[in-house]
Amino acid sequence: MTPDLECADLVKRFGETTAVDNVSFSVPPGSFFSILGPSGCGKTTIMRMIAGFLDPTSGDIRIKGKSVLDTPPNKRPVNMVFQHLALFPMMTIAENIGYGLRRQKMPKDQIARKVDEALERIGLPGIGGRKVDELSGGQKQRVAIARCMVLEPDVLLLDEPLGALDLKLREHMKVELKALQAAFDTTFVYITHDQSEALVMSDQIAVMNAGRFEQVGTGQDLYYRPDTPFVAGFIGESNRWKGRIDRVEGEALQMRTDSGLAMRATAASPLAAGDTAEIFVRPESIRLAASAEALSGFDNQLQGKVTSILFNGAASRVLVQDDAGETLEVTLPQSGEFATLKRGDAVHIGWGAAQATCFKGAA
Amino acid sequence: MRAHTRIGFILLLTPLVLWLGLLIIIPHIDMFLISIRERISFGVYETSLAQYEKALTEPLYLRTFWRTAVMSVLATAITLVIAFPVSYYIAKMAKGRLQQVLFMLCLIPFYVSELVRTFGWMILLRETGLVSNLLQWAGLADQPVEMLYNDAAMMVGLVYTSMLFMVVPLVTTLESLDDSVIEAGYDLGGSGLSVLREIIIPHAMPGIVSGCIVVFMLSLGNYLTPTMLGGKDSLWFTEMIYNQFIVRSNWELGAAFGFMLLVLSSVIVWGMLRLTGRTLQETMG
Repeated sequence: MTPDLECADLVKRFGETTAVDNVSFSVPPGSFFSILGPSGCGKTTIMRMIAGFLDPTSGDIRIKGKSVLDTPPNKRPVNMVFQHLALFPMMTIAENIGYGLRRQKMPKDQIARKVDEALERIGLPGIGGRKVDELSGGQKQRVAIARCMVLEPDVLLLDEPLGALDLKLREHMKVELKALQAAFDTTFVYITHDQSEALVMSDQIAVMNAGRFEQVGTGQDLYYRPDTPFVAGFIGESNRWKGRIDRVEGEALQMRTDSGLAMRATAASPLAAGDTAEIFVRPESIRLAASAEALSGFDNQLQGKVTSILFNGAASRVLVQDDAGETLEVTLPQSGEFATLKRGDAVHIGWGAAQATCFKGAA
Repeated sequence: MRAHTRIGFILLLTPLVLWLGLLIIIPHIDMFLISIRERISFGVYETSLAQYEKALTEPLYLRTFWRTAVMSVLATAITLVIAFPVSYYIAKMAKGRLQQVLFMLCLIPFYVSELVRTFGWMILLRETGLVSNLLQWAGLADQPVEMLYNDAAMMVGLVYTSMLFMVVPLVTTLESLDDSVIEAGYDLGGSGLSVLREIIIPHAMPGIVSGCIVVFMLSLGNYLTPTMLGGKDSLWFTEMIYNQFIVRSNWELGAAFGFMLLVLSSVIVWGMLRLTGRTLQETMG
């Protein structure tokens, strides 16, 4: 099956700086693809190149197998939902949605019917005659998507469209966007710096850093099997130790941290004894216990003192300072056994080597 | 406490009331009274509409009146057509320093008086002027060319004088148009022309209307430019008012002319607002 969108060796340079550095990916039809990265990593540049507002320095962009490099933005079969939505304030909602159809010279009665259908689809029937500024943030969002979807684009680009909404609405819109994507059955390419937006909605996520794709995969892949230290650090929370490898047996290894602890972990990439390396352990993979015996099954065990309890409902954490003086974040189990835990308590912590991922460190 | 706020309010209002009363309302009432009297003999006056009758029946007066109106509308239209792309470039295409520099370039000519600026055009356009010499040197003309004292020269002067007053409101409104709205226009299949017609112009409408009103009033009330650059045939209505008041000492007819001009500009501004479906508050506020 031809992918809906395919980028091959895409490069964009602005003078001396390379904003997008040799990026290739393909998006299968009907899927939700996210590009996730910190601000300034080049994700907006990729999006603007796909929409046609920027020309790539080299590389190719193919939509349904056909190169669109020579197609101007108004002729490309892609549409974009802008960061601040960019609804036309001088038009009514119906005129906004019908704008693209009017450009296609569709007869008036047909436009009216399509607009009504689209409004029905986004769950806002009968608001066609209203002005843009009479709508709430979430409604505008849906109108912006409907305005693109009436044109039946091959690919819909979304440039951090939830950024301007408040938290509660953002949570709600995540679910809604995913449902709209299923309803319209169109390929969505979504860019964001918010990992939870990407993780919740996407079929595939590309993590981008400094103009390059670090890893492309499902949310689970990125979370549980990060390929690079950047991905491990960017997606979710992590405790980190830097150190030098003591010995390696296949994927299992032991590292001596800079603070002098011996730690067992699993290698994410080939490593040899003597290499500098970095270990990442997620707070929720660390087991908290009152005594050392309860942790006898774990490869790594430490003891320390509780320095702080960060209460945040189900996502509560404990900060534990180990004997070497380093502070670790540990997820606080909500089963009740640690309900009385307080600052200064001595605790034991442990985790398995399989939950500790080791990457080759920067030299 | 309440008495204090009252005094403060009165003090704030006084300059405005004085300004309106002394400089605008009282002179206009007086002008109106002068315009509706007729001189019977030395020191004897009678109320009548004779001045208006004279103004509306004398072909020269009437012709100048309409000519001034039409030429002012034309000058406004030309100014708009030239200023719009300039403003669009300054507001949307130029970035950072260039934007400031271009804006300053529009402003700098207004550092010198209108008289000097108009003389500048005379130096360029007169028979022994720069343009004439250039044409002869290039072999495009075999004798000195006189480009002054006609409608075209006057129009150039009027447009030049008014340019800034069109550029400023246009740049301000165009700057407030989000770039992504224009991009969205293209993204959804719009061509340059349809984006201009459906998105940019509707957005810039308040700026266009307020710019046009200011430029139209300035052109209609301009005295210097038509006098200096215009020919024998391009008599401006303000020149006739000047003639009646100063040259002829016929204050009655001059006052009637003045009132006709006031009515004309009010009607045309009203018409402009009606045509674009805007109210004065929207445009000025």
